[in-house]
Amino acid sequence: MSATIIETVDITKVYGMGDISVAALNGINMKIEAGEFVAIMGPSGSGKSTLMHILGCLSQPTSGQYILDGEDVSNLDKAQLAAVRNRKIGFIFQAYNLLARTSALRNVTLPLLYNHADTKVSVEEGDKKARAMLELVGLGERVNHQPHELSGGQQQRVAIARALINNPVMVIADEPTGNLDSRSGEEIMNLLHKLHGQGTTIVMVTHDQKIAAHTQRTIVLKDGVIDIINHNGNHVGQDDILPVSERNIIPLHNEQKVQHEAA
Amino acid sequence: MKPLEAIRIAWEAILKNKVRSLLTMLGIIIGVAAVIIMVAISAGTEAAIQDQITSLGSNLVFVQGAMTRGGPGQAPTGGLVYDDAAAIQDGVSGVKAVVVEQNSSETVKAGDVTLEDVEILGTTTGFPSVRDMDIAEGRYFNETEIERKSKVVILGYAMAQELFGDSSPIGEYIKVGNTQLAVIGVFEEKGLVGNTDFDSRIYMPISVVFQKFTPSMFARFMGDSVRMIYVEVEDGVNQDTVIAGIERLLIKRHDVTADTEDFTITTQQDIISTRESTTAAFRSLLAWVAGVSLIVGGIGIMNIMLVSVTERTREIGIRQAVGATPADIRLQFLTEALMLSVVGGLIGTLVGISGAYIFGALSDMRTVIQASSILLAFGSAAAVGAFFGYYPADQAAQLDPIEALRYE
Ligand SMILES: Nc1ncnc2c1ncn2[C@@H]1O[C@H](COP(=O)(O)OP(=O)(O)OP(=O)(O)O)[C@@H](O)[C@H]1O
Ligand SMILES: [Mg+2]
Repeated sequence: MSATIIETVDITKVYGMGDISVAALNGINMKIEAGEFVAIMGPSGSGKSTLMHILGCLSQPTSGQYILDGEDVSNLDKAQLAAVRNRKIGFIFQAYNLLARTSALRNVTLPLLYNHADTKVSVEEGDKKARAMLELVGLGERVNHQPHELSGGQQQRVAIARALINNPVMVIADEPTGNLDSRSGEEIMNLLHKLHGQGTTIVMVTHDQKIAAHTQRTIVLKDGVIDIINHNGNHVGQDDILPVSERNIIPLHNEQKVQHEAA
Repeated sequence: MKPLEAIRIAWEAILKNKVRSLLTMLGIIIGVAAVIIMVAISAGTEAAIQDQITSLGSNLVFVQGAMTRGGPGQAPTGGLVYDDAAAIQDGVSGVKAVVVEQNSSETVKAGDVTLEDVEILGTTTGFPSVRDMDIAEGRYFNETEIERKSKVVILGYAMAQELFGDSSPIGEYIKVGNTQLAVIGVFEEKGLVGNTDFDSRIYMPISVVFQKFTPSMFARFMGDSVRMIYVEVEDGVNQDTVIAGIERLLIKRHDVTADTEDFTITTQQDIISTRESTTAAFRSLLAWVAGVSLIVGGIGIMNIMLVSVTERTREIGIRQAVGATPADIRLQFLTEALMLSVVGGLIGTLVGISGAYIFGALSDMRTVIQASSILLAFGSAAAVGAFFGYYPADQAAQLDPIEALRYE
């Protein structure tokens, strides 16, 4: 399975208008294949979140083309984008973003509510699936707990279960360990590795070099362009089973350099 | 999102903020309850009036004297006079009975008790049957006593109580003005009919009233003026024909034209119609009051929904991130606003119905709960919720997912 999940062509994103406009992205060309685990790094303000929002169909590029899972999503309207998010993308946020005063189970089933596709399942099936997901992230015992009754790490695992409930083609995580202590962060990373091992495509923003090193590739942004691509030679754990062929390397922007780390 | 799910989410959201939801609904609750209670009161009043009027008998025609304008240098005519009654009885066909009434107001004394401004009513023998009054004790006066101007009196129920307490007044004397009268009877309790209190009056032969209480220097030429002549129409006879007959007769007798009539003729139906138009006016006033309170309630809902949308911006962002479309978000908040108004409408209906019951039980007024008022109040509440809920719901739907997610 080496279908292309993400392909971007000269994506730019400009905030504001006229003199005060800020170009957050300045032409991003990249490809990510099914089953990859990719880290995105870069200094603050380099455009990581902006890129993740576009990849996650939460916003649209100012110019350029974005092909997600074979479908050009650059010119969809709000409702169509919402449907794409629902069917194809699972989000993990730094701030967990669970619904307050709502049980873990109901948080996990939330995306099912907005599933208009024919993959829609009954409430009973959905609940069953959500329980299985919570089991998978190690929260089988906490199904009826509300966010305020869970630790940060546990809340993030609920968020991961929610991200997976609709069988997305990829999971997008913006600093998923940013709010966690190193131990909980480690647990979350282990979980992401486990999911990756089961074939989930993951794109993750991180500031932590060590965490990035766990992934197959690191894309480093700087001032809205791709600065460096690291093929992290050190494949981690037995889970990391999918070799990434050279073919999958993104087409480079003119000034972009590629660094191969010694294995 | 299916409507059923939207309803479940809305219900949960309302339950999460019970106190606030209740306060939000208060405007609607008060509006709906007020409509139901006020309509119940007005319908009850109307029903009570109808009942009272029917209890008078529906085949009565009232002839009342009216002041004529009387041009310059022209003496005012006397209006109705006593002899008109006999003329109607003899000259108009279809008349079953005629009763005459003349009233005055005097001080009444019995033993130590003195009552000022008591209404005294002079009338004829047909009065008890025409006005549906029964004698409780003693007897009514007869024709002979009218002819002889006998100084006899019948007391209304309340009058007997006030003047003589629990002891029997029959055979006692009372002083009305300067005239001594013998009490020969007491009426049964009758209560208020329209604006007239039948129990706080005393009744005597009309000839005594003419002689002692309403003497007139014109009486010798024109006859004694009377306040009212009741004409009871024979069963099966068209009331309008009788009315026309009376009118023709009186125009001739009083030497007036149709434009200068010194009397008015009304029927039960006229009185009912007047009351009905009054209650109709009252009702349209109610409708305005209700409309305003429902609009105020709707603005309350809009206000809280706007606050709620702001407060829950992050929740909206989360829902959008996992795939809620603008239509989904709009549906969710519209359902919530609608549910607030419908639940408010339900509570208001319960409060209104029980309020109308309690009001009817505790006060003298009768209340009749109208199904139509419940439907109307409830329907308007729902419409108000939909109308005032749309704007906040649309605001929510327009939110940008990223900004919503970033909202603190
Ligand atoms: N809504 C916005 N309006 C205007 N400018 C914006 C907006 N969002 C982001 N920017 C600008 O775009 C640039 C990239 O922002 P972005 O949030 O993508 O950075 P980032 O790499 O995620 O930074 P961090 O590591 O601090 O999260 C920044 O200069 C930022 O100020
Ligand atoms: Mg960021």
